[in-house]
Amino acid sequence: MNSKVIPSTSKNNSRLQSSNLRAWLIVLVIALLWIALYKTIQPTANWISYSLFGLTEGSHLGDAVAFFLYDVPKIILLLGGMIFLITVVRTFFTPEKTRAWLGGKREGVGNFMAAAFGVVTPFCSCSAVPLFIGFVESGIPLGVTFSFLTATPVVNEVALVMLFGLFGWKVAGLYLVTGLVIAVIAGIIIGRLHLEGYVEDFVWQIKVGENTIHDEKPTWEARFRTGWSSTKEIVGKVWPYVIVGIAIGAAIHGYVPESALAGIMGKDAWWSVPAGVLLAVPLYSNAAGIIPVVHALMEKGAALGTVLAFMMAVVGLSIPEMIILRRVLKPQLIGVFIAILTVAIIFTGYLFNIVL
Amino acid sequence: MLTIKILGTGCANCKRLEGTTRDVVETMDLEVEIVKVTSYPEIMSYGVLSTPGLVINEELVSQGRIPTQAEITTWLVDAMQTA
Repeated sequence: MNSKVIPSTSKNNSRLQSSNLRAWLIVLVIALLWIALYKTIQPTANWISYSLFGLTEGSHLGDAVAFFLYDVPKIILLLGGMIFLITVVRTFFTPEKTRAWLGGKREGVGNFMAAAFGVVTPFCSCSAVPLFIGFVESGIPLGVTFSFLTATPVVNEVALVMLFGLFGWKVAGLYLVTGLVIAVIAGIIIGRLHLEGYVEDFVWQIKVGENTIHDEKPTWEARFRTGWSSTKEIVGKVWPYVIVGIAIGAAIHGYVPESALAGIMGKDAWWSVPAGVLLAVPLYSNAAGIIPVVHALMEKGAALGTVLAFMMAVVGLSIPEMIILRRVLKPQLIGVFIAILTVAIIFTGYLFNIVL
Repeated sequence: MLTIKILGTGCANCKRLEGTTRDVVETMDLEVEIVKVTSYPEIMSYGVLSTPGLVINEELVSQGRIPTQAEITTWLVDAMQTA
């Protein structure tokens, strides 16, 4: 916005304040409604399954139905609330600010900061190329740029929220930290290998112009609007997968016998980690549908490391993203990148299977 | 006549920005030229890191988001006054 055109008068300021106040009030009311709704899910699910449908508590069908009626509204509410929060937090970060912060950072510290910023900086995958060009052109090392670009797909917000809802904060935290570590390590390795020659030549010839938008500071109302629109978009896209995933999960929960899977997905089945990673590649972006199924599998004896590796591969080894990056990277560099990610994810799987 | 440029390589958000812009232009009944810029060197020449970007008369007014119709209207009115 051109600040020179609209002088900031006190009248303007008070109008801005009252619209911010109104926005906060609306969000507060919705938050209270959200909490009230969240609290009633469990009793309502039990009442519908055991009283309304007259199913027996403890029976296969009764358990499966109650499980489904509890998990679906819970996960959809959690997704709505948390995606809103995450998006509002992200309005405080922009790719332009991130680039300025990362400028002149050394390897190591730079990689860590890049991975952390990768998680909080909002950008759609179609922006990966301009971001990449803008970063390397401004002198940010290739490895640091890769840490940034790796963190976003590996730490996926839908996966994070669903892990939190179904597995609890410990597993969600483990996923977040491991994702960051993988992004840092992948970036450091790529930096050490000095692969600058495998970036497409035209990238180094592009001259990035001066950005004429300075310090756009959105109002709270604008931040909340952004949060609301991306919540609508993301929840609107994933809810069918959530329902199907939870339905399959509920069936497994009710009908598959305990520890039936220990033999094929347990700690002792060493091949299950790479097999899970391979299986995950074509399932890209379906974290929403897969996590409830995986959750049910774990109750029946699948190991946590195997499960985490599988989920990281589902979101991190994304073919669409690789195709986009191919425009600026030569095939050799894409190959190295995929190889590092795959090895890192498989390693993580084994590590947690051994440690936990 | 105003020249509006949509910077982006054709992802969903770029198409939505183009749609919103066309709606505003139609409502305001303006005679403008809308150009879609898809080549990276040209997109980058405006210093944009996150697409879609919106350029009105060679001035970058928005990046990485889809502005509201009200915002686009304000920018167009501003541009007409300066032109």
